[in-house]
Amino acid sequence: MSPITVTVALLVGIIVWVLVARRLTARSWESGSEESDVAAVRMAPARLGLWVFLAVITSLFSLFLSAYSMRSHHGDWSHLTLPDVLWVNTALLVLGSVSMQIARNAVTRGLAQRLKLGLVAGGLFTIGFLAGQLIAWGQLRESGHFAQGSPANAFFYLLTAVHGLHLLGGLWVWGRTMTRLLRGVELVELRLSVELCTVYWHYLLLVWIALFAALTYL
Amino acid sequence: MAYVAIADRDAPIHDPHTFFLKYIWSQDHKVIAIQYALVAIFVGLVALVLSGLMRLQLGFPDTFHFIDPNQYLQFVTMHGMIMVIYLLTALFLGGFGNYLIPLMCGARDMVFPYMNMLSFWVYLLAVLVLLSSFFVPGGPTGAGWTLYPPQAVLTGTPGAGLGIILMLVSLGMFIVAFTMGGLNYVTTVLQARCRGMTLMRMPLSVWGIFMATILGLLAFPALLVSAVMMTLDGTLGTSFFLPAISSMGEQLNHQGGSPLLFQHLFWFFGHPEVYIVALPAFGIVSDLLSTHARKNIFGYRMMVWAILAIGGLSFVVWAHHMYVSGMNPYFGFFFATTTLIIAVPTAIKVYNWVLTLWKGDIHLTVPMLFAIGFIFTFIHGGLTGLFLGNVTVDLPLSDTYFVVGHFHMVMGVSPILVVFGAIYHWYPKITGRMWNEKLGKLHFWLTFLGTYAIYLPMHYLGILGVPRRYYALGDTAFIPDSVHTINESITIAALLVAAAQVVFLYNMIVSLRRGEKAPSNPWHATTLEWQTPDTPPKHGNWGPRLPVVHRWAYDYSVPGAKEDFIPQNEPVDPYLTAGRDHGVRH
Repeated sequence: MSPITVTVALLVGIIVWVLVARRLTARSWESGSEESDVAAVRMAPARLGLWVFLAVITSLFSLFLSAYSMRSHHGDWSHLTLPDVLWVNTALLVLGSVSMQIARNAVTRGLAQRLKLGLVAGGLFTIGFLAGQLIAWGQLRESGHFAQGSPANAFFYLLTAVHGLHLLGGLWVWGRTMTRLLRGVELVELRLSVELCTVYWHYLLLVWIALFAALTYL
Repeated sequence: MAYVAIADRDAPIHDPHTFFLKYIWSQDHKVIAIQYALVAIFVGLVALVLSGLMRLQLGFPDTFHFIDPNQYLQFVTMHGMIMVIYLLTALFLGGFGNYLIPLMCGARDMVFPYMNMLSFWVYLLAVLVLLSSFFVPGGPTGAGWTLYPPQAVLTGTPGAGLGIILMLVSLGMFIVAFTMGGLNYVTTVLQARCRGMTLMRMPLSVWGIFMATILGLLAFPALLVSAVMMTLDGTLGTSFFLPAISSMGEQLNHQGGSPLLFQHLFWFFGHPEVYIVALPAFGIVSDLLSTHARKNIFGYRMMVWAILAIGGLSFVVWAHHMYVSGMNPYFGFFFATTTLIIAVPTAIKVYNWVLTLWKGDIHLTVPMLFAIGFIFTFIHGGLTGLFLGNVTVDLPLSDTYFVVGHFHMVMGVSPILVVFGAIYHWYPKITGRMWNEKLGKLHFWLTFLGTYAIYLPMHYLGILGVPRRYYALGDTAFIPDSVHTINESITIAALLVAAAQVVFLYNMIVSLRRGEKAPSNPWHATTLEWQTPDTPPKHGNWGPRLPVVHRWAYDYSVPGAKEDFIPQNEPVDPYLTAGRDHGVRH
């Protein structure tokens, strides 16, 4: 437990407490507490559901990363030099995220053409990213770095695979949204899907940057 | 005010017409709850049989030749894993969580009914995969429920081939199923509560299930991470957990893995898991005690805060399961401290339960007997937890029957007593029938006294130094003859308790047909699920109009009120309020 972890945990605790303190200190057994009545959270259920899901995968990836960091601090760690194509992939994923953001802005303002453009570009850049990851795997295998070789190799394949699978899940939802868009569904009805996709894309970009940094520097 | 989505809708959110859609491929949270509960109880019975076989071997070694040492280890492993995950977790969250959350919060269903349905089917698949490992070559894994590598995947451990892989795959599926259900439970509690149901008016059952779900959502990924990495070690030959090692005289290809890493990951899940099982039990038992003692729960706010505190603390105590793993001794000091701190909110809860009973109008109904029984077993199991939380005490006791006695008392018997209490309590609402009270009481006394006869002597065996996980003790100098006698008596008690569960099953099944018709609120309880227009509640739960909540869940024996309970949806009476605010019941 480093001091930084403790401080962060404390700060998070304080923020959470301030946010919920009013709800959690209500004296509900007293009558006439009707006025202080705080209703359910005002948010579409799917949006809250996504945020809860993001909390779950945050836990998943931080556990993968702490496993990686615990292992990499052992004396016998042999570092894996990452293929350069990963930088190209990172750029592709950033572009994917930007395109999704363009789509999101377009859907709020009702611009159908730009929405279509943003969504298609977002999907294609993401597919490009995944293809690039496969190329990286291929290069590593050609240079003789198999998953069985060392824990560093195994961790690289594992972390990129898990991240890629999460992107594939995102692409599935993206595909459904695209189908609905092409079938001519009203923009208003697409708004939530596009917004949630965008949040998910940004999130997975952040995860990728964290993974990339950890794989490079740890 | 924005009362959102599902809660607002007046029409039922799904309207199935065929028998298949209504009762099999159903999106109704009540049907899903019953499906979850039935499957969980079924695998629980399998695990009960396994424990019977283990006890036969331990009580009467050299008698039952059909149990060999490998099978014994397989029984231990499967018994533990099934009971902890596939029975208790699934029953509390998938069963009671599904049934109670929408009804107690005043919602028509979960917010994502389709995902809720998938959650059950994936859970069923996980159970089938798990059970299929009994029928593959080599049988199920015998690595112990903690599945520690390297031995879990090495030849020489029973089920090291297919058995362990099927176990890991099944766990992965279970986690997927749980995540789909868990997203539902959390979102429903936060989003779909009816008008007036503030967080601090929720019954403690919902609080316990809610917090346990959050723990599960954050802790199960640790199990997933370790399961995925071990599967890769076992199939692809990676070395996440396997160090350079020779097995059966043969040098394996693995090198550089860390077995200790697995233990950290496993227990980062494993300790919150204890509270994933315990918190719903805490919540439900609070409601049972309050209802059947006709008295408001003592210190409601403190109970909620204690649930939150226990939930938070449960993430920083995991390494107290690893005192003997050879980790850094300073870690041990840190984790012993946090472990002992967690006793504070837990003790607060125990005091509050006892104080709820104090001067209450106690009705010794069957659910109440189980709730009071829980207080006993939980205190006993909890106190031995304080022993084991200290590094110096834990080291000599760690590999003995003391630990077996401790965790069975605190997370085996205690939650299962609450499960029984809860089933007896809500059975009239779920089925519309009453059970036979005499058989219920017989079931309680046999189970309660029987489990004491099983687990109390185990503590003594542990202090004598009798090691756990052994197939047979043989003739060892430090083990006196009395140990063998005790082992025989434990086995007899265990078989009796197992037989007592037949009484329970008989009672539940026969009462479905022959039980008296249940009134809609047989316990005169205040919470919303007892105020539904139909018993059992129909699809959509509430008929044409959603309930509106005006008070907390514990208005029992309010001075001046007509009856000794006021349902949560009863409007506040200004005259009565005037009397109450003069401090009659603060």
